[in-house]
Amino acid sequence: MYLADEFYKAPYRGAIAREKRDQDDLFMLLVFSELMGVPNPASYYTLELQPVLLEQFHDWHTRMGMEKSPLDDFRCC
Amino acid sequence: MLSMNAIILVVIGVVFVSLGYVFYSRFIAEKIYRLDPNYETPAYTKRDNVDYIPTDRVVLWGHHFTTVAGAAPIIGPAIALIWGWLPAFIWVVVGTMFFAGVHDFGALWASVRNEGKSIGSLTGEVVSIRARNLFMIVIFLLLLMVNAVFAVSISNALVATPSSVIPTWSAIAVALVIGVLIYKMHVPILWPTIVGTAILYAVIWVGDQVPIEITGTFMGLSAGPQWILILFGYAAVASLLPVWLLLQPRDYINGIQLFIGLGLLYAAVIFASPEITAPAYNSEATGIGAPPIVPLLFVTIACGAISGFHGLVASGTTSKQLDKEPDARFVGYLGSLGEGLLAIATIVVVSAGLGSSEEWRAVYSEFGIHGIDTFTRGGANIVAGGLGLPVEFAATLLTVMAVLFAGTTMDSGVRIQRMIIQEWGTIYKLPFMQNHYLATLLAVGSCLVLAFGAGGSDGQGGMLIWPLFGTTNQLLAGITLLVISIILVKLKRPSRYTLVPMLFVTTMSFLAGLIQLRGFYENEQYTLLVFDLAIIVAAVMVMFEGFSAFNREKTSTV
Repeated sequence: MYLADEFYKAPYRGAIAREKRDQDDLFMLLVFSELMGVPNPASYYTLELQPVLLEQFHDWHTRMGMEKSPLDDFRCC
Repeated sequence: MLSMNAIILVVIGVVFVSLGYVFYSRFIAEKIYRLDPNYETPAYTKRDNVDYIPTDRVVLWGHHFTTVAGAAPIIGPAIALIWGWLPAFIWVVVGTMFFAGVHDFGALWASVRNEGKSIGSLTGEVVSIRARNLFMIVIFLLLLMVNAVFAVSISNALVATPSSVIPTWSAIAVALVIGVLIYKMHVPILWPTIVGTAILYAVIWVGDQVPIEITGTFMGLSAGPQWILILFGYAAVASLLPVWLLLQPRDYINGIQLFIGLGLLYAAVIFASPEITAPAYNSEATGIGAPPIVPLLFVTIACGAISGFHGLVASGTTSKQLDKEPDARFVGYLGSLGEGLLAIATIVVVSAGLGSSEEWRAVYSEFGIHGIDTFTRGGANIVAGGLGLPVEFAATLLTVMAVLFAGTTMDSGVRIQRMIIQEWGTIYKLPFMQNHYLATLLAVGSCLVLAFGAGGSDGQGGMLIWPLFGTTNQLLAGITLLVISIILVKLKRPSRYTLVPMLFVTTMSFLAGLIQLRGFYENEQYTLLVFDLAIIVAAVMVMFEGFSAFNREKTSTV
């Protein structure tokens, strides 16, 4: 059963995970939008999420090819 | 003329390719590629659980095999039988053992040893950047060919076997439902699989009762070209939908159909034990318009002997998911073995299932008119004889199977083409090309140009594009083998086991390109002529780049 399950999932796992990653990245960038100068009407709520998304932000900028965090006020590494 | 039983062919074929796996692949694995169970594969070193994730080798083999196995091991041998069954059989067996095995296995190994990079990137590093750019162009041309040629094949099959129309399109509905059930509703896989497959076969029975033909013309196009338009419309939509909805379940059903189909064919041949009525060597071939067997045999049968497309798949996703290096032998070599088995099955049904010698000659009276329906006719007779199914049902079953194989390749082909166009849009900073819909339109548009250029608006002569597809495919295989050979030279290991196949395959595809050039010119098929020229030029340039890189490595003292 495990094999059949894997047989179904494995071929497109990457494509689906990549789509999810892109969507998560978009959400993360929205949470940090104020730091990038984009006005955020929900900043009261997204402020709470910033420390939670710190790891993801670091992964994101590394993936984009930026060695250090691009935001001066936000040092993750 | 001595008549031979098909079982002999099956036994010889299976035994030899198995020997190839047991002895030759082990030799290559131990002495040439030197697989190391302790080598940390990119699935671990670059693990991101998105692209790079270690996967069970049986699952990987299943994925690799079902992705590469398509309608090509069916159509190629069906066309190539015009030269008799012996040349095709020898080429498939020798090719699978010594060419395809080494190529698929090598592409996988080379990619795993180089951080999971695709063959395209490797070409840039190992040969030159110019070669990599050419490689990208050849890949695009190959995808064009694949999509166009399969569209023509499928439309020919749907016209020849109207009972397959309903089942073929119902498979899409079944796939959609399975996709929603498994991905959105998290239903465990067993029941959707069983029920979905059962529905598919039930619908095949329905299709038998309700054949559908397109009558009349639409904008001056007859039935065949209308199907081509419908197919590309479908492929465009399929490539834009989320993968979990259609492509993933379709590929899954396809894989199941492949195993069932192979099992069915071999069981039928064993039970029916038909006599081979096709000639071993058809001396009348040139008289009925077949091009010279050398080099055309080697580009007519690509998948099933050696195919560049497999290297793309092997180095594209499979290498990034390989758990241990020794798995590469199992996944790569055994994957190409499976293709060989499908090709052998086709050779058997087409040489033993088409009636007496005279009836066979009546079917094989012209070059380039064979394809899925030839396989269906021969196969239906054998399956009916061997397994007791009604002939019409067997014919519909086999047609649906072959059409599904070709259809899923088309779906993925258009999707990959769209992704390449978008990547070019990024590289050359052309924002309009990065748009999903426009890129899909460009992909489908270029395929349509080729499909109609090949077939003409009256749908005649469509399969003459097949050897051109084979030529491009073999050229890609040649480039991949060259890259593997250069890597081996760098490692100071013997390169002749990849170099000899590479020289053979490249020479054959180059010669075939030249011969077809004259044919297209004489028949005034200028669209095909232009594509042929593009392929020949790309082939020559890559070979120059490759040999200069090879010499560079050979004479380097570092």
